[in-house]
Amino acid sequence: MNVNVRQRGDVTVLDLKGKITIGSGDVALRNAVQEVMNSGATKVLINMGDVSTIDSSGIGELVSAYTTATNRGAKLRLYSLPAKVTDILTITQLITVFDVYDNEDEAVRSFQ
Amino acid sequence: MPEEHRFHLDIGSRFENIELVQVVLRDSLERLGMEDDARHWIDLAVREALANAIKHGNEQNPSKQVHVDLAVEGEEVVIRIEDEGTGFDPTRLGDPLAPENLLRPNGRGIFYMKNFMDEIQYGAGPGGGTLVTLRKRLTGPKADSRQDSEEEGTE
Repeated sequence: MNVNVRQRGDVTVLDLKGKITIGSGDVALRNAVQEVMNSGATKVLINMGDVSTIDSSGIGELVSAYTTATNRGAKLRLYSLPAKVTDILTITQLITVFDVYDNEDEAVRSFQ
Repeated sequence: MPEEHRFHLDIGSRFENIELVQVVLRDSLERLGMEDDARHWIDLAVREALANAIKHGNEQNPSKQVHVDLAVEGEEVVIRIEDEGTGFDPTRLGDPLAPENLLRPNGRGIFYMKNFMDEIQYGAGPGGGTLVTLRKRLTGPKADSRQDSEEEGTE
């Protein structure tokens, strides 16, 4: 999986691309979130639009990212979820935990 | 069943080998005429089973293998995944939907497998490790789409 980190105003956006699965993508996601948290980001968006596959380890990393951000007083939100990722979050009721938006503009506006 | 749809693989206990199994699995399921959606959910269930076998069963010991077998039995595709660990009791697992577990970073793999497949069974393999059997109907409504978790239970 590739992670691209960019700024949109005071919002930090992580564009994820590929598989978030055990042993590779999950570690990349953990490191990327850790890095932006350590840099002091308080408004973080994860762009899920190009995520092709996510397994329970990837879901676990999303949950860890969410709790890490919340514990530090930051906000972490998701947008552009592919239908199958939405299904996976729904099955385990995590869709009720995350703030999820349809697109980037809507997600950025949610911080205002 | 046509022999070309069967496969048996023995893989080393490394996560990157999951991708190898996925390639062979996808090819077999495609040849069996499974829909894209059904293939996707089976892929994910097998990923979870392999990850458990490598991580928890074989504890990523490179000298231990995971054995993967796919067959068609009646109207079902049956995938058996066996590790060389010391066995596993699935009844000890917590409910990932329980409020106290909802934000845990782990503990969802088997729950997902149960949702993605028609049936999963855990047992002891001939070598004493864990043998998980995953079943999915080749035809009918559940072959084409995932069923809601409410229908599958949450054990």
